[in-house]
Amino acid sequence: MTLTGNQLPPPRRLRPWSGLERRLRDVGISGRTLVIAAPAIWLTVFFLVPLFVVFGISLATKQFGRPPYSPLLTTEGGTVQLTLHLSNYLKLFTDPLYVAAYLSSIRIALIATVITLFIGYPMAYAIARAPDKWRNILLMLVILPFWTSFLLRVYALSGFMRGNGVINQILAVFGIEPLVMMQTNFAVYVGIVYTYLPFMILPLYTTLVKLDTSLLEASADLGSRPWQTFLSVTLPLSLPGIIAGSMLVFIPAIGEFVIPSLLGGPETLMIGRVLWDEFFGATNWPRAAAVAVAMLVVVVIPILLLQKAQDAVVEKGK
Amino acid sequence: MRRGLFLPIAATLGFAFLYLPIISLVVFSFNESDLVTVWSGFSTKWYGKLFADEQMLGAAWLSLRIAFFSATFALVLGTLCAVALVRFKRFRGRTVLAGTVSAPLVMPDVITGLAMLLLFVGMESVLGWPAGRGIVTIIIAHTTFCMAYITVVVQSRLSDLDLSLEEAAMDLGATPFRVFFDITLPIIAPALVSGWLLGFTLSLDDLVIASFVSGPGSSTLPMVIFSKIKLGVSPDVNALATIIIGVVALGVVAATIIGLRSSSKVKRA
Repeated sequence: MTLTGNQLPPPRRLRPWSGLERRLRDVGISGRTLVIAAPAIWLTVFFLVPLFVVFGISLATKQFGRPPYSPLLTTEGGTVQLTLHLSNYLKLFTDPLYVAAYLSSIRIALIATVITLFIGYPMAYAIARAPDKWRNILLMLVILPFWTSFLLRVYALSGFMRGNGVINQILAVFGIEPLVMMQTNFAVYVGIVYTYLPFMILPLYTTLVKLDTSLLEASADLGSRPWQTFLSVTLPLSLPGIIAGSMLVFIPAIGEFVIPSLLGGPETLMIGRVLWDEFFGATNWPRAAAVAVAMLVVVVIPILLLQKAQDAVVEKGK
Repeated sequence: MRRGLFLPIAATLGFAFLYLPIISLVVFSFNESDLVTVWSGFSTKWYGKLFADEQMLGAAWLSLRIAFFSATFALVLGTLCAVALVRFKRFRGRTVLAGTVSAPLVMPDVITGLAMLLLFVGMESVLGWPAGRGIVTIIIAHTTFCMAYITVVVQSRLSDLDLSLEEAAMDLGATPFRVFFDITLPIIAPALVSGWLLGFTLSLDDLVIASFVSGPGSSTLPMVIFSKIKLGVSPDVNALATIIIGVVALGVVAATIIGLRSSSKVKRA
């Protein structure tokens, strides 16, 4: 008996998914539905629903027991009763602590973003103009801290700035009195700039590296001084990078918790820390939820404004 | 030319600002004295102390397991999400999905943590699941925010992809499933690897969300480190940081070299 080519089974690689595909088709689920449904269901259950839960619980009040908040729905004699409390929101507007915390968070985030921009811009520009073989190494040096632990970088900074830290020891060599840097707002600014600098540099770099150098040469040929060229050509063209980088620093900085709690002092008022203390310290979950809802509003408004500004820039670029 | 000097000086100062604190942290991990700031001689005793610290080792092992599972689940869900957004141009709720998947990127950690915790508490009282909080609830929370980052990474790779390869396979009779596993997946593999590593790092690094959704006996490594450095400096944290920074630095340098090699190969070809 001879085997002809036809009788040999075709060489098959193991394809475990072909069985899965057939079985799904039998139940009437197409691959397309599955691809969309799996992430959509996950995000609905674990991202959208929790936000509604936060809003719901912000309308409850604190009570002792488990869970430590009053139920919104109660059944009494067959009727379902919905009890909503606005007291948490009233408190947010009447207690000067909360208003001050929101304002101070925005101020700290804004000032830190501007400082980050001023430090990050020349660095991004230097990397974009560096010779090819240097550019990748410099970029790697910017990205490297981003992969190392945020918490440990804040810790490294605190070792640098504390009373007997490296800076004060260097100052002591020159006979200068030690500076008090830790537990101040100054330390919080340094902390935000230090940890968020890569987020500013990378988008700036991407716009600056694409900059057409012939425009700069044209401007110089027409008699502009370098700073005039910078202000009238480079700066406007890098505006999308400035906006993107500022957004990436400003928005997370508003809700920052680790930096104010490790580097800041008692006078450092930031809303992320207030929420944390409300939850873990006072165990007032409904109040913490109300703080979160208000914070979401504070974070979403600048996102929408910046998005609009960015769209306008893109529109103009066309 | 003055500008010729300004940029290199600014960049040097900027990099010094980024790296001096890290370098001093590494140097003082080899310090004999338990004062983290006064040098008194070379010693590796803090590394010994670190590896004898049961609480720290337990937390590290817990964090590594959480990071592994979170990154893996997030990779699957994030890739599906990216495929849905890039390949399926029209379906109901596309804008909602696109918005929802990128929202965790800008959501402050304290809000995400609180929202997750309140969800878990609510689910427990209504459904009876999850009973208590611990590794499972942390993995669910981490999967959700890692998924957002992975979707962005995979999405950008997928939208650069040459559609003609997939179309050719379809024309030759391959089913969509087979096209995805035989063509698309191998091409986007580098993005999947970097997405997974990003998710792993983000999960390993998270303090705030884990603090909200963890339960008794499930303190992650960042939670242990945070409570230690809240009390003051401790040289064994310096030792731990040095190990982590060393591993990350090796990884990033290796990835850069591999990236440079492959891009120069492409240039030559």
